[in-house]
Amino acid sequence: MPLTLVHARYQLLEIIRVPVAVVGSAFFPAAAMLFFVVPFAGDDPTGATYATAAMVTFAVMSANIFQYGIGVAEDRDQPWNPYTRTLPAGPEPRLAGRILAGLVLTYLSMLPVVIIAAVATAARVTPVGLLLGAVTVAVVSVPFTLLGLAIGYSLPSKAAIVVAQVIFFPLAFGGGLLSAPGDAPGFIQVVAPFLPTRGAVELMWAAVGDWRPDPLALAMLGVWIVLLAALSGWAYRRDEGRRFS
Amino acid sequence: MILAHADQATRRYGDVLALDRVDLTVSAGELVGLLGPNGAGKSTLINMLVGLRRPSAGRVELFGGDPRQPASRRQLGVTPQETGLPGTLRVSEVVDFVAAHFPDPVPRGELLDRFGLTDQAKRQTGGLSGGQRRRLAVALAFVGRPRLVVLDEPTTGLDVEARHTLWEAIRSFHADGGTVLLSSHYLEEVEALAQRVVVLGQGRVLADDTVGAIRDIVGVRRVSLAADDLPALPGVVATEHTDGRTHLLTTDADQLVRDLVTAGVAFRDLEVRPTSLEEAFLTITAADPTRTTADPAGTGTATSAAVGGRPTA
Repeated sequence: MPLTLVHARYQLLEIIRVPVAVVGSAFFPAAAMLFFVVPFAGDDPTGATYATAAMVTFAVMSANIFQYGIGVAEDRDQPWNPYTRTLPAGPEPRLAGRILAGLVLTYLSMLPVVIIAAVATAARVTPVGLLLGAVTVAVVSVPFTLLGLAIGYSLPSKAAIVVAQVIFFPLAFGGGLLSAPGDAPGFIQVVAPFLPTRGAVELMWAAVGDWRPDPLALAMLGVWIVLLAALSGWAYRRDEGRRFS
Repeated sequence: MILAHADQATRRYGDVLALDRVDLTVSAGELVGLLGPNGAGKSTLINMLVGLRRPSAGRVELFGGDPRQPASRRQLGVTPQETGLPGTLRVSEVVDFVAAHFPDPVPRGELLDRFGLTDQAKRQTGGLSGGQRRRLAVALAFVGRPRLVVLDEPTTGLDVEARHTLWEAIRSFHADGGTVLLSSHYLEEVEALAQRVVVLGQGRVLADDTVGAIRDIVGVRRVSLAADDLPALPGVVATEHTDGRTHLLTTDADQLVRDLVTAGVAFRDLEVRPTSLEEAFLTITAADPTRTTADPAGTGTATSAAVGGRPTA
C-alpha cells in the first residue's frame, strides 16, 4: 500500500502548510472544554472524565465532518482533482490516503482537549482506559468520516460549508455531548439515542469509565454507519468532478 | 496500432448534448490537433478518452481498454490545468507525487531540466509565474514515460516565447515516436504542431484531415487590396480593414477579382494568398448554417461542413 502512504503524506503536507485549518478543528472543542467543563465539572473526577470524553467525541465529529465535508467538496472544485484521476491508480489509494491523513488530524485536533483535561481538571483515566479511548476514537470517527464524505461528494463546496455547519450543532447538542450523562434536558434524552453522536459518546464513556452503553444508541450507531456508507458510496460513484463541463 | 478510439461517443449533460456521435481514432506516432471554439466538445471528448467521464452512449477505448480502468492509463500522460496545481506543494513534491504512480518515471532532475524548472524545484507552485506553472503542468504529462500524451489547451495564456519552448518539448517527444492528442483554440498552435486536424463544432466532428487538406476543403483565400470605397461584393465571407488595406475572405478568389474589375473599382496592390487555419476554421464553424452537411468524419469530401460554433466565451 505504498501509494496510499504517498497520498496520505501529500494530503498532510497540504494541510500542514496552512496550519490554520488544523487550529480550526481543534479550537472549538478546546474552547468548549475551557468554558463549560473546567468551571463546572472540573473538580469531580467522574464528571470531568465523562465530560472530557464527550469533548473528545465532539472534536472527532467536528474534525471529520469539516475536513471531509468541506475538504472533499473543495478538492472537487480544483482542477488538480480530476487530474489525479487520470493517473494510473484507482480511487482506493487516494481515498485510503485521505482517511489516513484524516485520522492523523483527528488525533491532533483532540490533543488540546486531552491536555486541558489532564492539566486543569480532576479527570482520571487508567493507561488501559486511555489506550481503549484512543482506539475508540478511530472507531467513532467512522460514521462522521462517512457523513463528511457524503456531504463532500454530493455538494458543491459553498453548499457543503453550510450543510456541515447546519448538521454539526444539532448533532452535538442533540446527542447530549454538551451535558453530563443522564443529565441532559428531557427532549434531548428522547432524541439522543437516535443520533450517531450518542452511540459514539456512549462508546467513549464505556472506554474510559464504568459506563454501560445504551443498547438502543449503539444499535442506531450501527444503522447510521450502514446508511452513511451507502450514501457516501452512492455520492462517490456519481461524482465526476464538477457538475458542469 | 490504435492508442485511443471513440466510437459514436455521445455525452449529454442534462438537456445539453455536449458530444454527438463522435468517431475519432488516434494511432501510434500521430500528432493530432483537436480544434474548436469553447463549448465545441473538445474537453468533453478528452475527458472521456482519459477516463474522467463516461459516454452517455457509444464507446471510448484507450490502449484497447476502458479508460476508466487504471491499467488502461499506464502509458498515458495528461496535463493538469495550470491553475489546478496544489499551491502549497513544492515543484519537486508535485513531480515526486505524480512519479509515485508510475513504474519507471523519468528522474526528477532530468525532467525539471528538460522543462527549464531546475531552479524552481524548491519553490511552492503557488509562487511560480504563469509560464513556469504551465511548464510544470506540461512536464507532469511526461513523468511516466507515456506513449500517448493528451494535452488540453497546453499553452493557453502563455507569451510567445514560453509557447515556443513548450512546442519544442512536444515536437521532440513526437520525434522520438510519441503520440500526441492536443486540443486548442489557438489555431496557430494546431497549425504549428499537428499533422492531422480534427475540427469539432457543437459536439460533432466537422472535419478530420491534414492541416493542408482542411485549408483546401474550405478553400478560403484572402484577397488584400488598397481601395477607397468598395461596393458590396458577392462571395465575400468576411471583411477586415488594417493599415489602410482591405482584406476580403472568399471561397472563390478568381471570381472576386473578376467582380472587382467589372465593378470598375479603383484598387492598388492586389494580393491573393491562402488563409491561415484560423480563417479556414472560422469559415467552417460560422458559415451558412443551412449547409449542415456534417460529412461523416474523415472522408474529406465535404466542401463545407458548416455548423455554427457557439461563440467563444
